[in-house]
Amino acid sequence: MERIRDAFAALGSNKALIPFIVAGDPDYDQSFAIARAILASGADMLEIGFPYSDPLADGPVIQAAALRSLNRGCQLPDCFRLVRDLRSETNKPLIAFTYVNPLMQYGATRFFAELAQAGGDGVIVPDVPLEEAPELARVAADQGIAWIPLVAPTSGEERIQAIAQQARGFVYCVSSLGVTGERSSISTQVESLVQAVKRHTSLPACVGFGVSTPDHVREIAGYADGVIVGSAYVRRIGDAASGDGDAVEMVTRFTESLKDACRA
Amino acid sequence: MSMQNNYAFPDPNGRYGQFGGRYVPETLMSALLQLEQDYLRLRADASFQTELAYYLKQYAGRPTPLYFAERLTEYLGGPKIYLKREDLNHTGAHKINNAIGQGLLALRTGKRRIIAETGAGQHGVASATIAARFGLECTVFMGEEDMRRQALNVFRMRMLGAEVVPAMSGTRTLKDATNEAIRHWVSHVDDTHYVIGSVVGPHPYPQIVRDFQRVIGDETKEQILEQEGRLPDTVVACVGGGSNAMGMFFPFVEDTQVQLIGTEAAGHGIHTEHHAASINKGRPGVLHGAKTMLLQDEYGQVTPAHSISAGLDYPGIGPEHAHFAQSGRAVYVPVTDEEALAAFYLLSKLEGIIPALESAHAIAYVVREAQRMQKDDIVVICLSGRGDKDVEQVAQMEGGLANGANS
Ligand SMILES: Cc1ncc(COP(=O)(O)O)c(C=O)c1O
Repeated sequence: MERIRDAFAALGSNKALIPFIVAGDPDYDQSFAIARAILASGADMLEIGFPYSDPLADGPVIQAAALRSLNRGCQLPDCFRLVRDLRSETNKPLIAFTYVNPLMQYGATRFFAELAQAGGDGVIVPDVPLEEAPELARVAADQGIAWIPLVAPTSGEERIQAIAQQARGFVYCVSSLGVTGERSSISTQVESLVQAVKRHTSLPACVGFGVSTPDHVREIAGYADGVIVGSAYVRRIGDAASGDGDAVEMVTRFTESLKDACRA
Repeated sequence: MSMQNNYAFPDPNGRYGQFGGRYVPETLMSALLQLEQDYLRLRADASFQTELAYYLKQYAGRPTPLYFAERLTEYLGGPKIYLKREDLNHTGAHKINNAIGQGLLALRTGKRRIIAETGAGQHGVASATIAARFGLECTVFMGEEDMRRQALNVFRMRMLGAEVVPAMSGTRTLKDATNEAIRHWVSHVDDTHYVIGSVVGPHPYPQIVRDFQRVIGDETKEQILEQEGRLPDTVVACVGGGSNAMGMFFPFVEDTQVQLIGTEAAGHGIHTEHHAASINKGRPGVLHGAKTMLLQDEYGQVTPAHSISAGLDYPGIGPEHAHFAQSGRAVYVPVTDEEALAAFYLLSKLEGIIPALESAHAIAYVVREAQRMQKDDIVVICLSGRGDKDVEQVAQMEGGLANGANS
């Protein structure tokens, strides 16, 4: 948890770049190489998607990545291994993105303990809203894992307040209605969502879902503390996996261009 | 007496014991809370109930008969067998009860558009039908594999003016159609009502669908008292998500002398990997927004279900059924593809009623157990739908339509 706080503090007036990839996509070794390259080329933190058979908050690009990973046999222990292997080389925050069922099956205490032991700092569970979260958030906190909740354009002030109070690490602001996936533009309403979050917490507010280009990042960097970029990375990794380019080189160049857009 | 008296689930958190709840993206929460509020208000609204009763009677054709299956009873030589004829509803299955209710709910809450998921296509057809009648726009998500198995229903939905969208992810069956419907709803939550087709999904859906389907059990109770002067000893219903079963069971929950039996699809057998027996072979987990019993591997990846019937081919089950199983109020027994197919033929030949393959699972249980029941026992089977939709599939299994049915 401290690592997340320190990472934001170290940014000064720059904004955090938080890329997302799926563990084990397209296989373990390549996902490790891709993650290293992303961290080495300017990412401030990394969000690591744990592949799931039924990712109902994800669009086709991340669904396909989860499938590639699962087909290569990537399971929970491999996800923890990826965190551990990255932790041996970086001091940047590593955040797990997992659906609730794998977490529940493994046992919440065991899950968060192993994540912490591997060097993970936070967790995002997209199918656990405010009402279902208290117990899991408490167990996460006990193990030193930051519970990073989502607020949506549909949340309304009251829920935003309650969610902000539940949050540790940062608050994840969902940019638009819908699932993950690249969008051509970012809704102008996100800014007011970020402002609403900031009325209720001093934690950083970061924006994700649909953020696809340096222009999007520049726009969001004008009002938020960080950006999460997922499908735009995962699509490149998928393209490379099907023979269209080199993944490490593509994510490196992409990260550099996004990082540039995060500078004040 | 028993713990089932004063049955009061769901609790205010949408839980049935440890099951249920709302495991959905935050984006949907406001819509679910609003839906709950709207629904509770409308449920208590006399004009809503009057309108619902009107459509159930004049449009769907309710009440459906409770038919004494005399030849089946004779043939099995066991208990007296009654069939609750949900197959005689407009569109051929119980699904229309819920579709009418939720269609009215959409109208009363100002939604101009509905979406639905479907497995066998019966819920999709019911939703498309209601959308046509109420002048709503309708999109139905259906697994690509099911579109192939139930091509006739795809054609029916399109005739009724609905758009049918193939779900191409995962196993391309009901589970994936439901994922797609939820994903679509997240993007269109402001103008679209999601008509879930079974007692599954996040709260308040399991409750809404139960309430709209309980007409099955309410009528059955009245009819059996009229025909036999007493309640049945056993009621049996097939369980996919569990809506026809819950509709039948719920009015009997506090009548603890009535045994409630749900039949789960055992596919090739529950000792193989090809079945859909979530109670018998699953573990607690989360699917489609609810905590329930779920077929999954040791790391919580959902494992594909299998059943001869598309409507039962689902790795989860409604959370209230999971609760009934845990409390012991209902018992869930596996029935194989083969047993169901035999019952499909048996009922056709003995009673002149071609059942849906789903419903055939309930019949098969009684065929199997009749010898162990008393002659003066009364058993009610929920005949959830008619088998016309399955005729082509069964014909193919028998070597094609040209071959005739000789078994
Ligand atoms: C005739 C019939 N019975 C049963 C089912 C299974 O659904 P449920 O368990 O919700 O009744 C279906 C689903 O398509 C159906 O068409």
